[in-house]
Amino acid sequence: MKKLVILGAGTGGTVMANLLNKRLDKKDWSITVIDKDNVHYYQPGFLFIPFGFYTADQITKEKAKFLPKNVEFIVAETERIDPKNNAVVLPGGKRISYDFLIVATGADIQPDETPGMRDGWRESVFDFYTIEGSLALAEKFKTFKGGTIVVHINEMPIKCPVAPLEFAFFCDWCMHRKKRRGEVELVFVTPLSGAFTKPVAAKKLGALLEERNIRTITDFSAERVDATHKKLISYDSREVSFDLLVTVPTNMGAELIERSGLGDELRFIPTDPHTLRSKQHENIFAIGDATNLPSSKAGSVVHFQSEILAANVVRAIEKKPLEEGFDGHSNCFIETGRRKGILIDFNYDLEPLPGRFPFPVIGPLPLLKPSRLNHMGKLAFRWIYWHMLLKGKPIPFIPSRMRLAGKKRPDQS
Amino acid sequence: MPKKQIGNYTIDVDDEGFLTNLAQWNKDVAAVIAKEEGIAELTPAHWKVIEFMQKDFKENGVVPTIRKLNKLGVISTKELYDIFPGGPAKKAAKIAGLTKPAGCV
Repeated sequence: MKKLVILGAGTGGTVMANLLNKRLDKKDWSITVIDKDNVHYYQPGFLFIPFGFYTADQITKEKAKFLPKNVEFIVAETERIDPKNNAVVLPGGKRISYDFLIVATGADIQPDETPGMRDGWRESVFDFYTIEGSLALAEKFKTFKGGTIVVHINEMPIKCPVAPLEFAFFCDWCMHRKKRRGEVELVFVTPLSGAFTKPVAAKKLGALLEERNIRTITDFSAERVDATHKKLISYDSREVSFDLLVTVPTNMGAELIERSGLGDELRFIPTDPHTLRSKQHENIFAIGDATNLPSSKAGSVVHFQSEILAANVVRAIEKKPLEEGFDGHSNCFIETGRRKGILIDFNYDLEPLPGRFPFPVIGPLPLLKPSRLNHMGKLAFRWIYWHMLLKGKPIPFIPSRMRLAGKKRPDQS
Repeated sequence: MPKKQIGNYTIDVDDEGFLTNLAQWNKDVAAVIAKEEGIAELTPAHWKVIEFMQKDFKENGVVPTIRKLNKLGVISTKELYDIFPGGPAKKAAKIAGLTKPAGCV
């Protein structure tokens, strides 16, 4: 009997367990999934909690519920991966051998990477990338007296790079609805040179920030937080004052990746950008946030990677050459407040452009433009996530590889 | 592809002035680009960074990040910002003749 081990039962690990359970012959193969806990959060929902749009139970389910019944699920911390001996080591020295390993251990925030950030933690400094952080912010907002809210990205890459923008837009909208917008100054602080990494989208989103009266401070690399004086200080000695700092701390891969000697300086796994195989070990693959790929760290990317990765694991088992199928495809709804959203669709080579999606001309979803339909799409996505995406079901009309049809460069007529 | 004349050398650059062929790089070219970037003179501290970045780029095919330079003890992030003021990752890569550091999405 041969064994496939999947480390992590978040989005990537769960989808891979479902896809490969169907494709591997059960006479020859068994699948084991290992995760440190049994709680699956719908992570895009963290954004909605501080504003009271979602409750914690709407975005929380059991991981085991989404795994196939015949797949073994072990809830335990992983001590390390021992790639030389093809085994995963659990605490106490228990070893689980594998023929193939898929690493889907994700990424998490690391506030300790920035000196001083912990000092005001959940008093004046908050995150919304964890359930605890989102719930704490929801409480904070109930008694917030007004002042300067700074929405901050500490360092790239981060999971869902548009989430901080969405957070700023939601702040504007919620204060506006409560007729308290005048009591709040909103500031968006980013290490990037604009609102987004790619020029066309950066221009559109930058204009939208301006329209919503959200001041943007770019090229800001935070050296430290001075929680006592409520200041954010950059390496080039610029200072930004805040009453409430909503930060996205440095994101890093799992500690076990570093312990296993498999990570880069952010504990992300050097991964082939097209085949998703580890660059160091032939029988190790990686998916999603755990990789070092220059694609977005987002659920849609995991979905697009999963089909290609499943095919490549089967090819590797059959000793066939791998398919270089992943093109970096990413597809994100960006909430812009006022019950509207923007949709962006892009890959390694092509930046987000305006147009229509998924079909040229008829759409129905407009790209790079606030619309009611995109907002509905974002809300519908929660259902799609629980019922289709995690099960590895194809999402109608949205292929793994990006399509150029329906997109238009702004300078073309 | 734009070309750029520096003294007796003709180098290939991209739209933002990053060299597209590391083989065309030399210390004179580096000094001229450094001046254009507002660095009057390249000191031993600059050269340590430049030489590490080139070596790492040749080994891994990507421009090393500020975090990597810090973690491997090449230079602290604070000092890097001091000697390459205003966007050290981009400036150091440009002077070292490397491609623009990959923007993360």
